[in-house]
Amino acid sequence: MKGFDLMAILLNPEFGRMLWHGAQMTLVIALGSWLFAMSLAVVLLVVRLTPSRIAQRGVVAYVSYHQNVPTLVQLMLWYFGISSLLPDVLQGWLGEHSGESVFAIIALGLCQAAYFSEDLRSGLRSVPPGQAEAARALGHGYVGAMRHVLMPQAIRNAVPALVNHSVSLFKNSSLAMAIGVAELTHAVKEIENQSFRAFESYLIATLMYLAFSLLIMFAGAWLGRRARVATAR
Amino acid sequence: MFSIFEILRDNWLLLLIGQYPNGPLGGIACTLILSVLGILLAFPLSVLLALARLSPWRLLNWPATALVYVARGVPLLMIILWVYFLVPLLIGRNVSGFVTMLCTLVLYEGAYLAEVVRAGIEALPKGQMEAARALGHSHLGAMRLVILPQALFNMLPSMLSQFVSTIKETTLGYVINVPELTFAANQINNQLLTKPFQVFFILAIIYFIVCWSLTRAATALERRIEARRAGPRRAGTAPQPTVVVETLAAEP
Repeated sequence: MKGFDLMAILLNPEFGRMLWHGAQMTLVIALGSWLFAMSLAVVLLVVRLTPSRIAQRGVVAYVSYHQNVPTLVQLMLWYFGISSLLPDVLQGWLGEHSGESVFAIIALGLCQAAYFSEDLRSGLRSVPPGQAEAARALGHGYVGAMRHVLMPQAIRNAVPALVNHSVSLFKNSSLAMAIGVAELTHAVKEIENQSFRAFESYLIATLMYLAFSLLIMFAGAWLGRRARVATAR
Repeated sequence: MFSIFEILRDNWLLLLIGQYPNGPLGGIACTLILSVLGILLAFPLSVLLALARLSPWRLLNWPATALVYVARGVPLLMIILWVYFLVPLLIGRNVSGFVTMLCTLVLYEGAYLAEVVRAGIEALPKGQMEAARALGHSHLGAMRLVILPQALFNMLPSMLSQFVSTIKETTLGYVINVPELTFAANQINNQLLTKPFQVFFILAIIYFIVCWSLTRAATALERRIEARRAGPRRAGTAPQPTVVVETLAAEP
């Protein structure tokens, strides 16, 4: 076994490039699916709040499907399954334009949207009912009360859960490796195959993942503290 | 749509037990064994980690906290790679994918469950510990006889949902060729080649049925436990109004 040497990987231009691209890909997938998930979660929440029974049931079914099927299986269903149902022209285009990362963003985003919408909903449910009544009594319409009074409080209540799920979304971006996206975990496996330095390459990737996750957690804790100050005022 | 039933008819045994008599036990059986063993072995580890997390001694507190943060911050896939690489080095011989996955799940779930156990212990009223100490129990004795039995009972629903997460995490065993359900589905897909949507749809439905029913069970259990915790209190206050009614009735 070779001696421990981090620099053998970090200073190697080829490996350095692979790490850099892998980290970029991880961030693109995590950020892309986060934005997609958050916008979809708001839509799901709005649909869930409509009085229509059918629409509500639909959202409940959506959420329980995405929470009870493993994320990896959802990725596989999209990448291997649903892509095969698309028209040939679209399949060819996706094949040329790194379709695997598009499908990774779609699948991870759809999955996480279920969690985010549940977080937002329980945040909204923990706002006391008097708030809605008071806002309506002050002359706000339904939308105005939602926007100016209820949602700001709901989001504050939901921050801890949203942060936890953002971290797990970031971690889940590594699953994209299983469908061939060249993100960080994938890059590290490649480097390990070429350099035979498993310990060093895993250590670098682990530290990179850990740094980002801790950054999200601390940013979340800071947001949470700020939110409490705002409520206390 | 019809082909889904055909695929199920031709491959149900592979999905259920893998190539068992002629090969390793696989399919749903492997998934369930892996997750049950994983959660059972993770449980004692999680209690120890939770106690270490709550301990005032830095020597216990810091390593446990570090382990929990690493498990929360690093993808499971990365931990699988670590275990795959380190366990053979540490014990000096190769281990199967099943054992690798089991070790990973014990570590990862142990850290997550430790947070659940810690929350359960912290949610108990402080008076429980103080009363137990006042009765002459040592700290560990009070933990074992008074705090943990109550905390663990209250945590049963969370543990059941952690079990569901474990089932979902076993799918990653596919990456290191553990012959579990996802692996079996990929085998079927590689044989058929033309029906990927149907195969993975079946796979998703199987996981959904298993995990959804367990999630429902966890919700039902939560309700029962809440009712049971509220029960004695309600029973204690219930007789009072009847007494009041009687005295009022006797007045004129």
